[in-house]
Amino acid sequence: MISLLVLLPLVLGLLTMASRHHRAHRGLLLLSALAHNALTLFFFFTPPSPALEGWLALDALGLLFLSITSFLFLMATVYAIGYLKREEQYPHQDFEEGFWFNSAPEAIFAGCLQIFLAAMSLVTISRHFGLLWVAMEATTLASAPLIYYHRHHRSLEATWKYLIICSVGIALALLGNFFLSAAVTTGHASHVPMLVDRLIQSHTQLDPRWLKLSFLFFLVGYGTKMGLAPLHTWLPDAHSESPSLVSALLSGALLNCAFLGILRAMQVCESAGLGDFCRELLLVFGLFSMLLAAVFIIGQTDYKRLLAYSSVEHMGILALGIGLGKGAVWGALYHAVNHSCTKAMLFLLAGNILAHYQTKLSKDITGLVRVLPITGVLWLAGFLAITGSPPFGTFISEFTILQSALHQEQYLVALLYLLFLGVIFIGMVFPFLHMAQGAADPKKHAANETWTAVLPPIALGLAGLTFGLVGPMALQQVLLQSVQILGGQ
Amino acid sequence: MNVWLSAFLILMVLSNLALLGSSRLGVCIRCVAFQGWLLAFLPFFVHTEGAVYRLLLIALGTLVLKGFVFPALLTRSMQEADVRREVEPFIGYSLSLLFGLVAWLGCHWIAARFPLPTEPGMVLLLSEALFTMYAGFFLIVSRKKALTQVIGYLVLENGIYIIGITLAQNEPLLVEMGILLDVFAAVFIMGITMFHINREFDHIDTDRLSTLKDWDS
Repeated sequence: MISLLVLLPLVLGLLTMASRHHRAHRGLLLLSALAHNALTLFFFFTPPSPALEGWLALDALGLLFLSITSFLFLMATVYAIGYLKREEQYPHQDFEEGFWFNSAPEAIFAGCLQIFLAAMSLVTISRHFGLLWVAMEATTLASAPLIYYHRHHRSLEATWKYLIICSVGIALALLGNFFLSAAVTTGHASHVPMLVDRLIQSHTQLDPRWLKLSFLFFLVGYGTKMGLAPLHTWLPDAHSESPSLVSALLSGALLNCAFLGILRAMQVCESAGLGDFCRELLLVFGLFSMLLAAVFIIGQTDYKRLLAYSSVEHMGILALGIGLGKGAVWGALYHAVNHSCTKAMLFLLAGNILAHYQTKLSKDITGLVRVLPITGVLWLAGFLAITGSPPFGTFISEFTILQSALHQEQYLVALLYLLFLGVIFIGMVFPFLHMAQGAADPKKHAANETWTAVLPPIALGLAGLTFGLVGPMALQQVLLQSVQILGGQ
Repeated sequence: MNVWLSAFLILMVLSNLALLGSSRLGVCIRCVAFQGWLLAFLPFFVHTEGAVYRLLLIALGTLVLKGFVFPALLTRSMQEADVRREVEPFIGYSLSLLFGLVAWLGCHWIAARFPLPTEPGMVLLLSEALFTMYAGFFLIVSRKKALTQVIGYLVLENGIYIIGITLAQNEPLLVEMGILLDVFAAVFIMGITMFHINREFDHIDTDRLSTLKDWDS
């Protein structure tokens, strides 16, 4: 039953690649997304039994990240249906340099999207470290063709950087796998399989020296994929050049999945008494990511790159929250949910803006609220949400992390955290307000906003808002169990 | 330590040095293929126990993919892009070799500090693995052609593979096969991307892939 999460999108994705009609591509894509959501919802109420001798199982932490992925994928799919219709006529003219280019065949794009979903689902449900690695590399490979959807030199550059940097990074995570295995064999527990639960059970038999090494490599390897500075270099390029719905999935779903890889390694280290070692590392990486994001957000002219750097910032916040431990763990996990909704919404809106204004430079855009009323208002709301202002969910999660830092008397960390958040707020307020306000360009008349273009961002925005006003609701149970798994409070 | 293992170690060092010092892409590809064959035999040197069919399957998979399929894919890319040699690398060949020798010593120094099991030859195997990884990294950052970067990725993967065979003796067959499959898919997709780079730019020099950046210089 649990393997359906992977098999269903995989098979439908392959079918999509084989079919020739636009209607079939979009229908199958929507079917994949809906079926995946239904399955995830079903697993919320009836937890599935493990499969493949315990290699596949769904714990609370996995379920949390699976739900985020599944929900975001459905939103991206609805958006994709309108997007693909718009992209039907080609060649397109590039608005930055004026040349003509084609897009990748729709069958490949829609098929790879579904295979990407299958790979991400596998990441969330695999309990075996080897399988987790295989799934993680599969996400890179399935998403590379998505970034190269618009076939021109800039997206090609982004794809190449993404492929090389992430493949090398993930190769280092493989080394982490082998060191973990060495921790098992040199600790005289060679009969123990590399399953998360079994490793935790036999934690006394693991060799701590190898375990430390292994966590380091997992952190660097999966951290590359997650976009922790200074390993984030692929991220702004890939996010700015890929179609907006792909950026939304990369930022909201894929980065989280990579984070899950690090958390799995941390679970094992925690049981072996190395929790503090892991937390210190995460804390440093987290703060550095926030610093770097702040530096690059100030004066950023391209609004898609701005959003990409904001993802680096928020991944930093997640790492920081886990690094602080205790109460901040809940904050970090809740922040993962809030950030995903908000960032996916902003990227989808960026897609609308890009389609209408034909420019990625925020200084060339004014009067968004007048020209694209729904998009414009949501864009402003998204700005408030992404900078962690009330009443959005991000405020609660960021505030929880701050509170925990103060409780633990980590005043320096709290101070830096606030400083970086403040700088980033200032860096983002100017481009966002400039784009939203002002007089509309008389040459650009008001456009019709199709329902596929505005409904997904509205839904995502409402989700972020209710997470702020009401709290995590049905997710609270899952969140609390996840916190317990990670040893927080 | 048996004579086969010594021979393996010496040949690996030599092939890595050849990779660092060669400008001809054909030679580099042949070196990677040679490493693939060597790696296929490694499980038999290291493991004295365990199911034979498992070792045979891993060896066969390694030999076919790393020894033949990857080199064939790389050779095809080389012919399609019509490049024969790496011109003007960021770091010259003699300097690369010099760095390589220093790194080789460094790898020994590091490997001796690992908490390794006491079986003979472990330190040497680990230092060789680290050196191979170093060679792979070095090729990725110091050469311009996309093809050489893929070769570097494969060499890096080979180094990690040595560590895997040496240390991770309880890795199940399914995972080993999954890893091989993933690396295969990675090389395949990199090959396709290279084909597009070549068609778009008429060359595969990655230093010209530099449009995307944050500040205009």
